[in-house]
Amino acid sequence: MINRIIFGTLPTIALVTLSAVPLLAADHEINQQDRHFSQTEITIKVGDTISFKNDDEVTHNVFSTTPGMEFDLHRQAPGASSTIPFNKVGDVEVDCSIHPRMKLLVHVR
Amino acid sequence: MKTSTRALLLMLVLGLIGSVPGFLSSDRAKAAANTAPPPSNLTRAHWKQKYIRPASIPFPADNLYSKDRELLGKTLFFDPRLSQSGSIACASCHNPGFSWGDGLPRGIGTGMKELGRRSPTILNAAWSDLLFWDGRADSLEMQALGPIASQREMNMPLDAMVKVLQEIPEYKALFARAYPGEPINEKTVARAIASFERTVVSGQAPFDRWISGDESAISEDAKRGFDLFNGKAGCVQCHSQWNFTDNGFHDVGLEDTDRGRGDRLHLEGMQFAFKTPTLRNVDRRAPYMHEGNEQTLAEVIDFYDRGGDARRKSLSPEMVPLHLTAQEKTDLLAFLSTLTSVDKPVEFPSFPR
Repeated sequence: MINRIIFGTLPTIALVTLSAVPLLAADHEINQQDRHFSQTEITIKVGDTISFKNDDEVTHNVFSTTPGMEFDLHRQAPGASSTIPFNKVGDVEVDCSIHPRMKLLVHVR
Repeated sequence: MKTSTRALLLMLVLGLIGSVPGFLSSDRAKAAANTAPPPSNLTRAHWKQKYIRPASIPFPADNLYSKDRELLGKTLFFDPRLSQSGSIACASCHNPGFSWGDGLPRGIGTGMKELGRRSPTILNAAWSDLLFWDGRADSLEMQALGPIASQREMNMPLDAMVKVLQEIPEYKALFARAYPGEPINEKTVARAIASFERTVVSGQAPFDRWISGDESAISEDAKRGFDLFNGKAGCVQCHSQWNFTDNGFHDVGLEDTDRGRGDRLHLEGMQFAFKTPTLRNVDRRAPYMHEGNEQTLAEVIDFYDRGGDARRKSLSPEMVPLHLTAQEKTDLLAFLSTLTSVDKPVEFPSFPR
């Protein structure tokens, strides 16, 4: 009986773990060009990453102050790229501190 | 800011009313390496089309333009009764005679006490995303009430302001026409002032005539200055587009303890950062920089030529020594003077009694 419970529970734990951090996490690229993000919204799966690439002629500073998902990529020189994982379900507002008009809403599902 | 571009064919467009791009020396070398080379390979024609004026003034959907709103806002803007002393108006620090600044290094507030920063112009503020030097207001409506309520500036509690206005009989009709069915309150005051401010637009300048095809509109010196502005001097990296601002925030290396945007947004790169001001009509607004320490545009160009003064981590990577020659500095000055429009004098409003 005990063995059955143990054996019955393990697959469930494994499934839960897999769903929290998918093995097939994808990387999405968002470019910064002409002082805009290449899109204003993006929907991704939990565990996916976003690569922020500066294709502009000026420095950018991508960051988020969304509670639980705060990050600061610091200054990105033209041509530079930084990748960040999104490991929590929710909506994350991403901005450029230098150019406040640049806004991206990331839906993590 | 949610806006709906509403054509205000009038004036605006255009004819009426009417600071630039630098650690220890090794850090400075790193900063230089991280900076894109000035796009000097691009043609003059390419750059000219980047500065074409917009066709209309953007007004937000919840505060669209009307003549009555402009009139009410203008009246409030010039009315000193919006201050606790009855002697300071918005226009005291944003004086049309000084290109909507005050010509002082730093503003003067209540009790004739000096404030911490230079009074910014309201010229072309309709196109600003964030207001104040540190960007703490995200709309003109939000900005408008700040200096009124500030104890250091106009020192007028907003409930007291509303009471004063409600007791001036002739204001009732002005508000009723501008905002039918709405009371005289903080919101309608803010919306009216913001409506007026959006109509304060720099007129057609010689530079505008030049990019429209009139080669005789500006001097050859100024044309070389334009090339430098977009090339070797790199000014365009911050002073971009028709209003000559990226509406962004940069630490340009002024020796100062004021952390500016850094007090609002606690990121390393925002320490000592301030909003890029417009360069439209800039030769009418000395002294310069957020603290008014540079007396002339020539001094400002010297400041940027040496890559700023302060050496710290937050310094913008765009701030590097420019090595401009004396002639190049003269050309840049000649160019900047072409951004000034000759605008009609502003008519002073008659105040309600």
